[in-house]
Amino acid sequence: MNFEIMLHAGISTGTILLIAAIGEIFAERSGVMNLGVEGMMLLGAMAAFKTAYNTGNVWLALLAAVLAGGVLSLAHALVTIHFQADQTVSGLSLTFLGTGLALVLGEGMTGLNAPTVPNFTLPLLSQIPFIGRVFFTDQNLFVYFGYLLAPLAWYYIYKTKPGLHLRAVGEKPAAADTLGVSVYGVRYLYTFIGGCFAGLSGACISVAITPGWYSNLTTSGQGWIAVALVIFAQWNPMRAMLGGYLFGFLRRLLLDLQGPAMLLGLRNPFFYDHNLVFFLQMLPYVLTVMALVWGSSSARRKRIGAPAALGEPYIRGERGL
Amino acid sequence: MRLQIVKRSEDPPKWLPIATSLGAVVLAFVISGGILAAVGADPLQIYRYFFRSAFGSWGAFSDVMVKATPLILIGLGCALAFRMKLWNIGAEGQFYIGAFFSSMVVMVPLVDVNTTPPIVTIGLMMLLGIFGGALYGFIPGLLKAKFGINEIITTLMLNYVAVFWNNYWIFGKWSDAGFQMTPTFPRRVWLPRLADLAKQNPFFSGMTLHVGVIFGLIVAVVLWYIINKSRWGYKINLIGDNPKAARYAGIDIAKNIILVFMFSGALAGLAGMTEVSGVVHRLQERISTSYGFSGVIVAWLAKLDPFAVVLVSILFGALLVAGREIQPSGVSFLIQGTILFLVISSDVLMRYQIRLVNTKKASVEEAA
Repeated sequence: MNFEIMLHAGISTGTILLIAAIGEIFAERSGVMNLGVEGMMLLGAMAAFKTAYNTGNVWLALLAAVLAGGVLSLAHALVTIHFQADQTVSGLSLTFLGTGLALVLGEGMTGLNAPTVPNFTLPLLSQIPFIGRVFFTDQNLFVYFGYLLAPLAWYYIYKTKPGLHLRAVGEKPAAADTLGVSVYGVRYLYTFIGGCFAGLSGACISVAITPGWYSNLTTSGQGWIAVALVIFAQWNPMRAMLGGYLFGFLRRLLLDLQGPAMLLGLRNPFFYDHNLVFFLQMLPYVLTVMALVWGSSSARRKRIGAPAALGEPYIRGERGL
Repeated sequence: MRLQIVKRSEDPPKWLPIATSLGAVVLAFVISGGILAAVGADPLQIYRYFFRSAFGSWGAFSDVMVKATPLILIGLGCALAFRMKLWNIGAEGQFYIGAFFSSMVVMVPLVDVNTTPPIVTIGLMMLLGIFGGALYGFIPGLLKAKFGINEIITTLMLNYVAVFWNNYWIFGKWSDAGFQMTPTFPRRVWLPRLADLAKQNPFFSGMTLHVGVIFGLIVAVVLWYIINKSRWGYKINLIGDNPKAARYAGIDIAKNIILVFMFSGALAGLAGMTEVSGVVHRLQERISTSYGFSGVIVAWLAKLDPFAVVLVSILFGALLVAGREIQPSGVSFLIQGTILFLVISSDVLMRYQIRLVNTKKASVEEAA
């Protein structure tokens, strides 16, 4: 039960959620809700692990994961953007599809070892007391990528012209269309980007944070938690970063609660009755639901909503948003 | 000549939904076959094996119907919820909680199993299973109705919670000598099976099909009536198709969200009960081979029609039976996912027509 270690580990596992959630923020900002994150993440995790195992090159593995997630997301894009299918059902089927593909292609990979993404310590920054040890010491590459990704995504969405176009397409596609922004093009692009990030977050699991392939337990619902995190974060990358780390920290805390015999001077019930641990394992999922309740009521209070056109297909010339 | 996609001006022909569903299933097998061939497996051999292990004998078909039973109940529950555009993905959890509640009758125990008439015990198990499922459907229903919270995420999260909840009991208090399961329930509380008739007619020996499948068929008829003939069904369809109109008509949408969620959960809970009392005869880990998710696909492939749900469930029961035995283990997942994806993509054919147009003629017409 060391606070510093828990924070350190929380940031590292939270990075998985952070990357997937920011990808989904891009997609949803353009008006495309992709509930297939879990499937893309699992496929990405499989692609990364298998590539790393077969080629021994972890960079190729990352590329494979990004492409796996991205290509899968294009199926969702085609069906929802061109065919105007229901985004909810399509996303769900994408999860099934991704899971099935990952299980078939990942057959026989369990228990193998593959190269992983290196951990390293940043010079200078790691010298800062406490913060240096938590944030900049012996973290893996993904974590540092996460530090850059969130603020860059924030800047891109709120401060740049393509970001403005992105938000316009998600809020008022008809208006964006009249300004010459290609609604379909923007939606395809960001759905694809969302898929790439989801795939990458899968790689973050299988070749970095908990290396290995454990069939569908590899992701164990983290893709869905990432989708919930997007709502909790109110479609803001910086809040997604905070939420991801907080969630990672809580996960680690729950794990560490099982260790000591005494907790705060009391007998630790989880140490003496191991079955109570099942209640600890429930907590991340319960907390996700509670975070959603909190997030949505706070969003309503501040009048921040989902992008107005989220979930709506755009058909040029038809009445709509 | 070129292909032209035109918006339909009238309703699509009646045969089209059936044709697209069938086409989706066939195409899904072809695509999955391609993927299997690509990873070095022999798809034809797998499919042949598939067919034999599902329909090769009456015994095999009885197994298929056993797997179809929970799918029918869950698929029907999903079909009702989906008609209101309520995405209940939580049948898996509602199934587990239903199984848990019905197991309470034997494990707590709520009645003295050895002296109470079996029909009372089994009836109580059914009631509690239904109650448990409805209760577990109530939670996401309430969150959706009161706070507008995305029900897909809440139901999915609750699925995990339900599994851990069951684990707590079967690993701990209810464990059978440290195994991760309860002791086998006394035969008196088992749902009657075909095999029980083996003494009179040896043809039935070893057939595990139980009475639960009849529950499924009854519910299908009831649901058909609700959807097509009742006021409540009319309201549900209206809320699903046009929530604005429903609100103007004075329909209490929040109340119906909760009700439909509880109904949907109740059916999944009943499915959990039939699985515990009719198939495994105890509560244990992994009583569901993701019935909850297959039920979603079943409902969609059946185009939310109760009788079609029964037929599609049999097909999916076959997939599950065969999927137990074939390698790689993800094949049935892959086929299910592909089917669902193709079904929803083919929906575009309901709204658009693809026509072959003579380019010359078309340009002349345009000019005119």
